[in-house]
Amino acid sequence: MELLVDIRKRLAGFQLDVKLSGGSEAIGLLGASGSGKSMTLRCIAGIVRPDEGRIVVNGRTVFDSKKGIDLKPRERGVGLLFQNYALFPHLTVRENIEFGISKKPKAEHGAAAAELIERFHLKGLAERYPSQVSGGQQQRIALARVIAAQPDIILLDEPFSALDVHLRVQMIEEMRERLREFGKSSILVTHNIEEAFAMCDNLAVLSRGRVHAFDEKNKVMERPMTLEALKITGCENIAPVRAISDGFVEIPQWNLRLKANVSECCGEGHVGIRASHIMLHEASNDNESGRNVVKAWIAGFSETPFRVRVHLKFSKDGSDNLAWDVGRETWEKVRLGQQPIAVRIPADKVMFVETLPDDV
Amino acid sequence: MISDFSPLLISLKTSLSATLITIIIGVPAAWIVASYNVRFKGLLDSILTLPMILPPTVAGFFLLVLLGKRGAVGKLLERMDMSVIFTWQAAMIAAAVVAFPLMYKTARSAFEQIDRNVLDAARLLGASEWKVFLRVAVPMAWPGIAAGVLLSFARALGEFGATMMVAGNIPGKTQTMPLAIFFAAESGDMKQAYAWVILIFAISLVMMALMNYWNEYQKRLVSSEGRRN
Repeated sequence: MELLVDIRKRLAGFQLDVKLSGGSEAIGLLGASGSGKSMTLRCIAGIVRPDEGRIVVNGRTVFDSKKGIDLKPRERGVGLLFQNYALFPHLTVRENIEFGISKKPKAEHGAAAAELIERFHLKGLAERYPSQVSGGQQQRIALARVIAAQPDIILLDEPFSALDVHLRVQMIEEMRERLREFGKSSILVTHNIEEAFAMCDNLAVLSRGRVHAFDEKNKVMERPMTLEALKITGCENIAPVRAISDGFVEIPQWNLRLKANVSECCGEGHVGIRASHIMLHEASNDNESGRNVVKAWIAGFSETPFRVRVHLKFSKDGSDNLAWDVGRETWEKVRLGQQPIAVRIPADKVMFVETLPDDV
Repeated sequence: MISDFSPLLISLKTSLSATLITIIIGVPAAWIVASYNVRFKGLLDSILTLPMILPPTVAGFFLLVLLGKRGAVGKLLERMDMSVIFTWQAAMIAAAVVAFPLMYKTARSAFEQIDRNVLDAARLLGASEWKVFLRVAVPMAWPGIAAGVLLSFARALGEFGATMMVAGNIPGKTQTMPLAIFFAAESGDMKQAYAWVILIFAISLVMMALMNYWNEYQKRLVSSEGRRN
């Protein structure tokens, strides 16, 4: 196992209890603010000491409370890209990048830095100071500085939160490419499912210090195992479920009874339905049970340039509604047609999660 | 008027060397207290700040007890056939002790204002604690440290009470400008007292101007190459 994190630490309000493992893939650590995700990164980096546990980076134990191993940050081979980049304000871009180069003979530092400056498209900026370059360039400098030190793992702490939207998309792509070149383990901490999904292979959902799901990203998206995982993976429609029988769930909040991909009776829980998984059902009179075709009225909508978010209600005077994302073409059809409309919610897209003892 | 300029030279000699001592001890001490979990941090901080709160004569009294012939350090020096009391070195030590807290306090708050992430970034890039201190912390805290240097120099230059206690008033040997003013005024030689007062005034004005210029310079430096946040 190249990477192993198995740590516990008492924090104000909750207990951090994280278990992660992996090889050279990118792991996305998803969680709301205060879930303990940044603390986890700090523990791996050695800035914060866990109460107990074990951390292995690139096959090397850097922390083991039982064996009394606790390497200093500089000995861990961990590269950390800080949320605010933490560049040295008094050093030029070149000096920032050169700072961490140590493994080669001194005479080659300049050449190594020059190569990174070239590769990271920072050529005209080498003699400037961090405050004289843009946010995206600062991020590139920070990443070049991390890579210059040749770490065994790269940790990224909310790296895109300080960037404008248009820059963010561009930097996500660029960063993914850089991490692929890097070729070793990496962990991305974020609260944004889109960033995590775009950058990572595996996703871990962290809530109140505990890992709620840790799997291949598509599996986490399709089958979130807990309510927290459902929420943090961006599921728009979540409601409590009252009773389940014969593979059906009853959702009082929406006044619906749907077939879901659940086996047997599972007790209390929630269902989640992603807004983009709901489909317009155009064949009429096809209302047989088990196909999850339901009548719906349009309660409201909001438009974006390419898609429309429609709010559905399931009785004419109902108030609770379901978010539904449709493309422009479908929307035109729906808007001009008669109400109620029929929508289909595929049974395998109705995600059921069991209530955990500490869910509130 | 002034016929003997030795008080000026002695003042400059003692206060410059005293400032050097406060830099060499005060800046590292400030860094250690600001960035590590030292045991008895509160106590250590109080001891390092104490000379600022104590009346200089009391600080001088302690120094006299310590450095005198019967004091712990005094005995040790005597065994090596040396004595500090009533030498310009004693004046230097007195000035250094009294000026120390100014250096320490200003440097400490400058170190505390550094973004901790930047220091951790340096450590994660493989820097030793020495490298973190010399290449990151000191340059980033430089404006604060420089202000501390000026403040402690000014304090050392004006030192009277503690110097009087341990170095006495030996013209040509330990008599600094503040002492010269006191004894000139006491003996009724107001002309000479005025002359020294004007000289100290001039030096202080120059230093104040220097400090203001420095502040402006730093502001410009910060706005052009500046720090984030």
